[in-house]
Amino acid sequence: MSNILAVLFDGVVYSSWLFLMAAGLTLIYGVMKILNIAHGSLYALGGYTAATIAGAWLAAGHAAVGSFAMLVVAALLVGLVMGPLLERGLLKWMYGKNEVVLLLVTYAAFLILEDAIKLIWGVESKLLPEPYSLPGNFQIGTLAYPVYNLLLIAVAVIVGTALAWALYRTRQGKLLLAVIHDREVSAAMGINVNRVYLVTFTVGSMLAGLGGALTAPMIAVSPGIGVEVIVLSFAVVVVGGLGSLGGAALGALMVGIVRSLAVRYWPEAELFTIYLVMAMVLIARPKGLFSAPEARRI
Amino acid sequence: MRDRTVPALAIACAALLAAAPLAPQWLVFLLALALAKGMVVLGLVLLMRTGLVSFGQGLYFGLGAYAAALLAHRGGIADAALMIVAGAACAAAVAAVLGLLLARYREIFFAMLSLAFSMILYGALVKSSALGSTDGFNLHAKGFAGIALAAGTERRLFYAVSVVVVFAVAWLLHRYLASHWGRLSAAIRDNELRVEYLGASVYRVVYVNYVAAGALAGTGGAFAALAVGHVDPETAYWTTSGEFVFIAILGGTGNVLAPFLSAALFEGLRTVANQYAPNVWQMTLGLAMLAIIMFLPGGLWTLLRRRGAP
Amino acid sequence: MTRWFGAFLLSLFCALAATTALAQQPIKIGIVTFLSGAAAGPFGVPARNGFELVAEMLNAGRVPAPYATKGFGGNPVELIVIDEAGGPQKQVAELRNLAQRVDYVIGYISSGDCLAVAPVAEELKKLTVLFDCGTPRIFEDASYKYVFRTGPHATMDNTAAALYLLERHPNVRSIAGINQNYAWGQDSWVDFEAAMKALKPGIEIKTSQMTKLFAGQFGAEISTLLASGADVIHSSFWGGDLEGLVLQGAPRGLFQKHIVVLSAGEPAINRLATRIPDGTIIGARGPFGPFAPDTEFNRWFKNTFQERYAVPPNYASYKAANALLGLKAAYEKAQKAGAASPNQDQIVAAFENLTFEGVGGTVKMSLGKGHQATMENAIGTAKAVGGELRIVDIKRYPADRINPPEGAKSEAWLKSGFRK
Repeated sequence: MSNILAVLFDGVVYSSWLFLMAAGLTLIYGVMKILNIAHGSLYALGGYTAATIAGAWLAAGHAAVGSFAMLVVAALLVGLVMGPLLERGLLKWMYGKNEVVLLLVTYAAFLILEDAIKLIWGVESKLLPEPYSLPGNFQIGTLAYPVYNLLLIAVAVIVGTALAWALYRTRQGKLLLAVIHDREVSAAMGINVNRVYLVTFTVGSMLAGLGGALTAPMIAVSPGIGVEVIVLSFAVVVVGGLGSLGGAALGALMVGIVRSLAVRYWPEAELFTIYLVMAMVLIARPKGLFSAPEARRI
Repeated sequence: MRDRTVPALAIACAALLAAAPLAPQWLVFLLALALAKGMVVLGLVLLMRTGLVSFGQGLYFGLGAYAAALLAHRGGIADAALMIVAGAACAAAVAAVLGLLLARYREIFFAMLSLAFSMILYGALVKSSALGSTDGFNLHAKGFAGIALAAGTERRLFYAVSVVVVFAVAWLLHRYLASHWGRLSAAIRDNELRVEYLGASVYRVVYVNYVAAGALAGTGGAFAALAVGHVDPETAYWTTSGEFVFIAILGGTGNVLAPFLSAALFEGLRTVANQYAPNVWQMTLGLAMLAIIMFLPGGLWTLLRRRGAP
Repeated sequence: MTRWFGAFLLSLFCALAATTALAQQPIKIGIVTFLSGAAAGPFGVPARNGFELVAEMLNAGRVPAPYATKGFGGNPVELIVIDEAGGPQKQVAELRNLAQRVDYVIGYISSGDCLAVAPVAEELKKLTVLFDCGTPRIFEDASYKYVFRTGPHATMDNTAAALYLLERHPNVRSIAGINQNYAWGQDSWVDFEAAMKALKPGIEIKTSQMTKLFAGQFGAEISTLLASGADVIHSSFWGGDLEGLVLQGAPRGLFQKHIVVLSAGEPAINRLATRIPDGTIIGARGPFGPFAPDTEFNRWFKNTFQERYAVPPNYASYKAANALLGLKAAYEKAQKAGAASPNQDQIVAAFENLTFEGVGGTVKMSLGKGHQATMENAIGTAKAVGGELRIVDIKRYPADRINPPEGAKSEAWLKSGFRK
């Protein structure tokens, strides 16, 4: 019994991490119809910034508890700086172009940011000692888990709920939903679509930065951590349905748990699981799990 | 405005063939690789004319490369002609099966599903230690259709063969695109529903185009494997597929010659970036990509087009 | 349009033609190592630093005997460094370009790249020294005249680790593994498993986790390992994956409940220091880093490197240095045999079966028909002493105990129980 519980827990931890990445990506795609490959770099930037800021905080001798807050600060910083920079500085000039071209633009941005990170932080990995082991461990059966994992899940749940509330309950959120649904009509109705784009991209960047910042204490932040994340997040977003927050959550949950089961009971297949899940979902529901019915233009 | 494509193809073919015995080895290699990649991109251009972007051509590229290599490694057949045919056939066979499914998808889902399949192949290749996993293995082709030559001359022969095959295929594709089915493909890109209403089968056209693109990618993979002498799973990875898409956008979909120009330029660009800026080659490549996208949105081909267009 | 087209082609040819027509006095050596991506931090850049330091010291004549001659036999060496990133197909293209600009090539960390470039170097007749890649297949599956490898291959990493483990913990009954799911990780696990089965028949394999390369997060895998109840956990992890494993595994008791063997763990010593729990068995792929015997030569290398780069050299830096020193030794041996400016064939003849003093120990080119190096190996245990991580209880294994004999294939040799 505790075995299954442990496997599920591992799956949910992984899903939470995936969700943070996928949520930002699906929002950006839903609103701007851009598949943002630079999301991987934003994740990496979040990790590096967190390592630097929290590292400086701890080195200065402040309370280790404060390093949590530093992680969030790092994420906010990444979002507020990189979001507008990328959106206003680069993407604004490319709107209206073919979707694939926009994807290549974000890929170019990804390449540039990868080397920029290397130039700023060097190639050595950055280690952040806390706050990973700070809250201690808890037990599931005979296995010890860091409480930090619970925090990760909690953050994902909070972020998900906050996003959902912001989208469906606030006025700004409904404007965003309107733009997701039909950009032209929204603009015709007087919605400032450009500002919606800016806000969306900034929020999406913050989420990616948060994913990186929260992961930083667990791993060695090194060049290339952004690459793997991209394909994983894309797969989750496509599985869940582009532009759907609930889809991102469900997709993340599916992928995370299936992967965890594979690791425990069939380790050789782990490499395939995410692509098999994606292929199977797309075969069953060609537009992803929660895709809105679209009007066809005749 | 006359269509000067066919004479241009003939001239380019002749020029490259002339290079076969005369050019230095490194150039022969570079051109052979550019031609192989150009062939894959030709298939992509065909798909893009139909309104689909495939992010999984690496699947067929890898299949073609491995089929050719395995024929030598396991099958004991080291004849380059057979290897190329094997690569093309294997890729076409898989495309014929997967195409049945994929022809139903459009836009981003087509892209992601094709990516998923290429990554499944990647995973299978990595898992297989018999095939060398990520190290891959080397292939040695000896002889072409029975003619065996010394190693240095053989490479030139393979290169010459690839020139002939590539330009023959390009010419065929040019004819195809100007034909009934080619125009149907363009119509599908514009508005699929209307094409259905007019009585043509969209599914069939997309399917045939997909299989053709797969076969082209497989042939390209076999040629690339012959040129490099080594196969590894990286050929099926998504970044390889992404590279092909970039080359396609770089050249534009205007003409069948465009992929080869842009493939050569891309290879040259990458080499130059690596040689002169080894620490920041990614940034250099990214900046170059952005510059091209911003200033030449229709691809390189628009540079040449401007002189002839009314 | 034809005119434009022709001009374009011509300029393309010109832009890419980079041959030097005149013979140069300095000896140009092309260095291929990872400057970007995940392998840059733990291996690529430390190796580059090793190359640059030794080249500079050689040119200034500041390397201790027997390498006191400046440069290579009096000629200064010039390094041209390129990035190994991009995969084997790209590296083959890069080698063809590089080969025109340099006299010799030293490089390659990734086994895939080594396997791909070796036949090309042979075709180009360009003397190429592989310095780090691990796969034994290079000289076991083929023979080369112009290709050498001055670093021992990976078979000895896991044979020595297995020997050490069983000497220190003879009563272990089960093993588990967590390795990266690509050739290096797969081969390492297969080697370790075969070695353990040969040395202790009846040993149980509990689980073999194969993680995606650079996954970084191992929550589920660590849970599986903890639940497996294995006595020993083997890992050939490196770089970010290794650091992640330690950071995530140590707090959960992975290292307390199991004996962990890190067959290539040495570079992490400088990075993680005392975060690596006591009792962890660590290898350095040879007598490098903390395993290097305390000789004057080794001290010189370590101190000079530390002074210049503020961190101690890791095994990549040692192997880089050995490649340069080996090539120099071969060059000067060819000079002594009569040729003032030896050509490639003469250097090749001198290099075959050469024995030279490397940093870390003696290097004997004794396998692969004189093209593959062997060295002794050393394994030790981690222990925190006074706030620093030390490697204690070091045991050295002579080269012929842990390397297959000439002509044998590593895989078969391991399965047969290390038979001579």
